[in-house]
Amino acid sequence: MSIMAFLKRSPWILHYDASSCNGCDIEVLACLTPLYDVERFGIINTGNPKHADILMITGGINELNRAVVRNLYEQMPEPKVVVAIGICAATGGIFRECYNIAGGVDKVIPVDVYVPGCAARPEMIIDGVVTALSILEEKRTKMTGAAQAKESARQAAEAGEST
Amino acid sequence: MVALSALAIGGASIYLLIRYAFEGTVYFAAPSSAIDLAMVAIELGLALFIIYMGAKFKNYLAIVLAVVQAALVVYLEMTFSGSLHAVNNLFIDQFSIIMALIIGIIGSLIAVYAVRYMETYHRHHPEVRDRQTFFFFVIFAFLAAMFGLVFSNNLLWLFFFWEITTISSFLLIGYSETEEATKNAFRALVMNLLGGVAFVVAIILLVATEPTSGGIELSRVLTSPDTAVILIPAVLIGFAGITKAALMPFSSWLLGAMVAPTPVSALLHSSTMVKAGVYILVRFSPVFAGTFAGFSIGLVGGVTFLVASAIAISQSDAKSVLAYSTIANLGLIAACAGVGTYMLVWAAILLIVFHAVAKALLFLGTGVIEQRTGSRNIEDMEGLIVRMPKMAVMMFIGIAGMFLAPFGMLISKWAAIEAFVQVPFGLIFIAILAYGSAVTLFFWAKWMGKLVTVTRNTERVEKGFFEESWAPLYIITGLVIAAVLLFPVISSMLIEPYVLAIYGVTALMEQANVAIMLLMMALLLVLPVSFLLFKRTARHLPAYMGGRPATPDLHFAGSLGLTREAQTRNYYLTEYFGEAKLFRPGAAVCIVLILASWILAGVAL
Amino acid sequence: MNWLIGAVLFLILAPIAGGLIAGIDRKITARMQGRVGPPLLQPFYDVGKLFEKERAVVTTAQNFYVLAYLIFIALSGALFFAGGDLLLIVFAFTLAHVFLVLGAYAVHSPYSHIGAERELIQVMAYEPMIILAAVGFYMVSGSFYVTDIAATTVPAILYLPGVFLGFVVILTIKLRKSPFDISTSHHAHQEIVKGITTEFSGSTLAQVEIAHWYENVFLLGFVFLFFAWNPVIGIIAVAITYLAEIFVDNVTARARWQAAFKSGWLAAILGIVNLAILSYMMLGGA
Repeated sequence: MSIMAFLKRSPWILHYDASSCNGCDIEVLACLTPLYDVERFGIINTGNPKHADILMITGGINELNRAVVRNLYEQMPEPKVVVAIGICAATGGIFRECYNIAGGVDKVIPVDVYVPGCAARPEMIIDGVVTALSILEEKRTKMTGAAQAKESARQAAEAGEST
Repeated sequence: MVALSALAIGGASIYLLIRYAFEGTVYFAAPSSAIDLAMVAIELGLALFIIYMGAKFKNYLAIVLAVVQAALVVYLEMTFSGSLHAVNNLFIDQFSIIMALIIGIIGSLIAVYAVRYMETYHRHHPEVRDRQTFFFFVIFAFLAAMFGLVFSNNLLWLFFFWEITTISSFLLIGYSETEEATKNAFRALVMNLLGGVAFVVAIILLVATEPTSGGIELSRVLTSPDTAVILIPAVLIGFAGITKAALMPFSSWLLGAMVAPTPVSALLHSSTMVKAGVYILVRFSPVFAGTFAGFSIGLVGGVTFLVASAIAISQSDAKSVLAYSTIANLGLIAACAGVGTYMLVWAAILLIVFHAVAKALLFLGTGVIEQRTGSRNIEDMEGLIVRMPKMAVMMFIGIAGMFLAPFGMLISKWAAIEAFVQVPFGLIFIAILAYGSAVTLFFWAKWMGKLVTVTRNTERVEKGFFEESWAPLYIITGLVIAAVLLFPVISSMLIEPYVLAIYGVTALMEQANVAIMLLMMALLLVLPVSFLLFKRTARHLPAYMGGRPATPDLHFAGSLGLTREAQTRNYYLTEYFGEAKLFRPGAAVCIVLILASWILAGVAL
Repeated sequence: MNWLIGAVLFLILAPIAGGLIAGIDRKITARMQGRVGPPLLQPFYDVGKLFEKERAVVTTAQNFYVLAYLIFIALSGALFFAGGDLLLIVFAFTLAHVFLVLGAYAVHSPYSHIGAERELIQVMAYEPMIILAAVGFYMVSGSFYVTDIAATTVPAILYLPGVFLGFVVILTIKLRKSPFDISTSHHAHQEIVKGITTEFSGSTLAQVEIAHWYENVFLLGFVFLFFAWNPVIGIIAVAITYLAEIFVDNVTARARWQAAFKSGWLAAILGIVNLAILSYMMLGGA
């Protein structure tokens, strides 16, 4: 429980194109442009999972990117959220029935926010990210809570052992 | 046996320190015409030996130089037989004690290290004739000659010991008797003989002008009031120093000498023999100070420093890097000696001390690494901290000792810069030092980086070999750190009195700065404790490979279904810093500067 | 005791000042790009957030190196504001940077490795000029000590215009601004991902950021020294210089490392020429 909600004010994103046609990607990048300017929320597009809090992912899962998406997700330190942008990332979109698409991103990693659309509009994307922010804060509280619980359990165990 | 002798020698050096440190300069007559005769006989004998070897290996330049040198010696003896006596043949002063400590302690430790090293060497190289007894005989003869060199007040004696070191170097470089080794041994011999010829000519000139110059008595020469007369001999002896210290354009012999077994490289070609070259330059600093000739010699050192450091960037063989670094640092010492103000002499002696210790450690370490891992290429030392942790830490300390604050070389460089600002035209040297330190930082830091890379899935190869070699390594590592912690003491006890005695004023480091250095050193020693803090519950992540899953040793599934490996290699920037590109201009400039120094010395007359 | 006060004030206030400067930097950059930009305190939110992240490393050694980097940056800056020997301060900063580089090497990752090599090239590029700047201050004030340099009544800038220009060039390198941010990218550029800081996350990354703040305060202090004879002008000059750096950052693209390297060494030549003329004048005058 911190006085200032840092995570909410400084969410750094990792933008990854799984198998998207780039339509949603262009809309994501539009958010970074001066017209929509997400940096006023403190959002920075880092290209690096280790620096990122939000994974913004477009496109569906196929054999080539299955391991990559998993890898990127694991390399992000907690707390983290995933925002699936566009209908392909949500469910596979119009390619859902294709032989090479397994489906949406949630086949591989847990998704927190779905932003449907083909292509999703920048306003919706920003809306999705803002929703993700409160989820992020919740996760952080749970994380510190869990960590504190783990810590007190450990201390109790030690105390229990010593007596 | 070796260990006992080493102990004896080291102990004797320390005894000298304790006994004479506070006495100022003490002279010993040690008269003996028998010794003089013996020396001449041995010198001529050595000349014959060189002629024989030159004939055997068809190196005619060596024969010519040996003959010229011998002829000059004979001429000297015959023409001036009456006046070739010094009142005091030997002396001890603080500078000699410092040199003796280096020779006695570092030299002995290297000899101890060499015992095990040479055993392994012959096991790895069965084709090399086993002459270990001969090897150690030459090593100890060399150490004896070095002691003689730094305690000689009689220039003829000094020259004799000088020649002994030349021959020792020749014999030891050619130890493995391969064609390459023999070629390099002769290269070293020829260049050092060139210096030797200059030395004899200088002595002849001094003896010919004995009333004013002081003849062959070093102490009188250095304090001679007739600076014009002694300048030419001083410059010629300086030239001998230049060849011995492998300054440009004579640096190639030191590079070639790296074919010798590593203890030889550590002892002769970084800590001691080449130090004799700069030793004589620093001795003559009072003569060089304020003269154009001296300034020119200083520039030779400066240019060497800059060019050799730059070339070191492009070298991937560890011994080549160390060799070029040695040449560069000797150049820096020579730069300080050539310009010769009291502050610079102080800085030069500091440089000598710190460089000897750190470089010895690095060479010995490289030797162990080479024997253990089979390679001395820096690229193959990647991840050494995992494979040979103790060795990696020692190398780390050694490299830090060469360029990082608060270690010694940095202190000396700092002192040198602050000294050069006070010299007319010192800006040239400041510029050289500014670019030079930038360049040295690059090649040392990237080597350090290779050592500390934490590679995964590599096994530790450190345990269970060569117990004996570790003691010298640990001791010298300790010395690198101790030298920094103790340098205020070394400075005030030995260096400052020496400088004071010659110049009437001494440089020292301000209390506040000393305190800051010690604070930094203390921090550095304490910080590794923080490792314990970090061992806790951090999650381990793989390296970022563009999202591609990879094995811990960076193998990943590449395109076309092939498994590929990501390799990390250092930048060598050969198109900017390559030997081919930089050596010629550097050598050309230095040749011009050397000739200029001769002309300027002659003009002063 | 002045020195102690200076050092302690620096250690406590510099992160705050540095963070604010970073915030102003980002705001002005945004306005130059026609955007609104983040709130002024954004850098503090960033660092705060980083401390809240999970502890994750590639290898535990990296935390040690980054901590050493932070400590020595803080120490070097504190030395500066305590009035110490400028040359020693320069070398202490070098020590700190080597630790950062070693941290990047330690993780054995391709992008980190490239970043580390380029960071070393960066240091090699600016080192000559910064040493010459320190020497320049000595020539003008007769001392290497910051206390003496800051107290001088001589307008250093009038005697050291070339040195100042050269310093501004390498300031671009040191502040990691285009065209010379070749080893890591503060934001936006991703050609080598994050270069030297790629594998640092969470509190480690926060430490790197705080160290940058410390260093920026030092660098601006260094610029101030050129104008120390009149503090008001000094502060204005510092502000103008920093604005100019932001401007250059926004109008240029990142150049190749060769360009950064050559610029750094050419800047040093500018400094040498300045100092040569200065020493000639001093010889003639004295």
